[in-house]
Amino acid sequence: MNLYADNILEHFRHPQCKGDVPGATVTREEINVGCGDTLTLHVKIADGCIAACGWEGTGCAISQAAMSMLAGELAGMSVDDARNLPPQRVRDLLGVPVGTRRLKCAFLCLHALKNALRTAAGQTPQSWEETLGLN
Amino acid sequence: MDVPYIRSAFPFMREHPAARYLDSAAMTQVPDAVIDATVRALAERSNPHRGMYPLAERVTEAYESARSTVRRFIGARTPSEIVFTRNCTEAINIVARSWAQETLQAGDVVVLTVLEHHSNIVPWQQLASRIGVVLTWIDCDDAGVLDLDALDEVLVGGRVKLVSVTGLSNVLGVQPQLTEIIRRAHAVGARVCVDAAQLVAHQPVDVRALDCDFLAFSGYKLYGPTGIGVLYAKSELLASMPPVMGGGMMIQEVRRDGFIPADPPARFEAGTPPYVEAVGLAAAIDWLSQFSWQDVVAHERDVLAAALDELRSTPGVRILGPGKADAITGCISFTVDGVHPHDLTALLGERGYMLRAGHHCAQPLHRRLGIGASARIAIGIYNTEEDVRGLGAAIADAARTFAR
Ligand SMILES: Cc1ncc(COP(=O)(O)O)c(C=O)c1O
Repeated sequence: MNLYADNILEHFRHPQCKGDVPGATVTREEINVGCGDTLTLHVKIADGCIAACGWEGTGCAISQAAMSMLAGELAGMSVDDARNLPPQRVRDLLGVPVGTRRLKCAFLCLHALKNALRTAAGQTPQSWEETLGLN
Repeated sequence: MDVPYIRSAFPFMREHPAARYLDSAAMTQVPDAVIDATVRALAERSNPHRGMYPLAERVTEAYESARSTVRRFIGARTPSEIVFTRNCTEAINIVARSWAQETLQAGDVVVLTVLEHHSNIVPWQQLASRIGVVLTWIDCDDAGVLDLDALDEVLVGGRVKLVSVTGLSNVLGVQPQLTEIIRRAHAVGARVCVDAAQLVAHQPVDVRALDCDFLAFSGYKLYGPTGIGVLYAKSELLASMPPVMGGGMMIQEVRRDGFIPADPPARFEAGTPPYVEAVGLAAAIDWLSQFSWQDVVAHERDVLAAALDELRSTPGVRILGPGKADAITGCISFTVDGVHPHDLTALLGERGYMLRAGHHCAQPLHRRLGIGASARIAIGIYNTEEDVRGLGAAIADAARTFAR
């Protein structure tokens, strides 16, 4: 199956929720050092829910499209649900098989989300193993 | 050069005739001769330098004969100047952990260049944090030419003890002027370590003519197996160097209260050596030696020239380095506007073009060039102009796919 399915290219060309969020509760940058992909996620939290989110980033189509897709899901989601979002959710959004070499591209968005919410809660960032659900 | 004959010697090329393997700087394919020698070595083995029975004798001779083959290949004076290692990285680490750690003092300077692979950077950074040596970097221009005037300025400072430099950039395909660098370094009493990981597969290397003090490379970039590399060092240097790893083989005598290390090269080959891999490396060198370097160099230049033509005719492609076929060897790297190299090479891969993308373990160089990653066409003796034909159109197609 083609990694660059139409939905991925569509999100890469026309990313959703791109940009700053005025009054954001937390801003978190994550970098996929191996590839040089970067994502900066802004999240505004109100009443235990994600009131708004926006992001900026550069990198490969997979990392950018995945962030765009995930960002589109977040508005209105409870913080608890977002904190528990499993990696499978990102796989479902992408809808293409993610190979070993592209794992960090695909899940950089989730890593940014998890660590944004942890930062907002005053916790230390989690590791890639935790984001990928490896332990 | 009879390239069809060469291709027919590689199982990979026979089994994938349509594959365009353009990643030989990362790892070459392997000819039958190496596979056969490796299989024979595996099928009848014994631990070298251990037993006295006939098989043990043959195996010991084969291992030492592999060392002699490497000696001839790079023109060392004696086989004892050849230390077998796991790879180029381990060889450079031995220079850092043994010679440099023993000889250098806090405040002494180690000169590196911005062209270096991480293998020739990190061991020196580790050394710097262990003993306080100072690392000084020589920059290059956009064509990848090192600033030798800057080198001179550093050298007159008086505390340079080592210049560690690549023989051939694994990104830009440029060759630093080794002879000149070595001459100038020696003039102030500094030693020179050459990272020849890329160089040995594309150019003849003669360590005596170069007069380098150390030289390191890996077997698997030279049509040989993984798990084997080489450290060359001048005998007088090896003689003064303490062992890095301790164990069997590297000792002359062990008592309860201490040990006496063996002479080089055994001093640096602790434990059971990579015998099968050494035999495979020698077979690779023997196989390669049936061709004249002149022919290999001319053929590879033609293929790179064809690759350059493809890149030049493709809109949005930025060629890194000199962009001239007579100024590059082995590889050429590039970026494409609006397409991340990983996306580009994933798409090219679907069309059978196998290129590597990323920082190629040369992050300082990429930062110097103002980019995060690049795509690389890296050729070997088996590539043809046919392998790169159509690459420009395929790149243009990929760029259209991602156009915003
Ligand atoms: C210029 C250069 N130096 C060093 C190395 C490291 O070789 P190895 O990983 O075999 O130790 C490489 C391999 O990519 C290289 O291209």
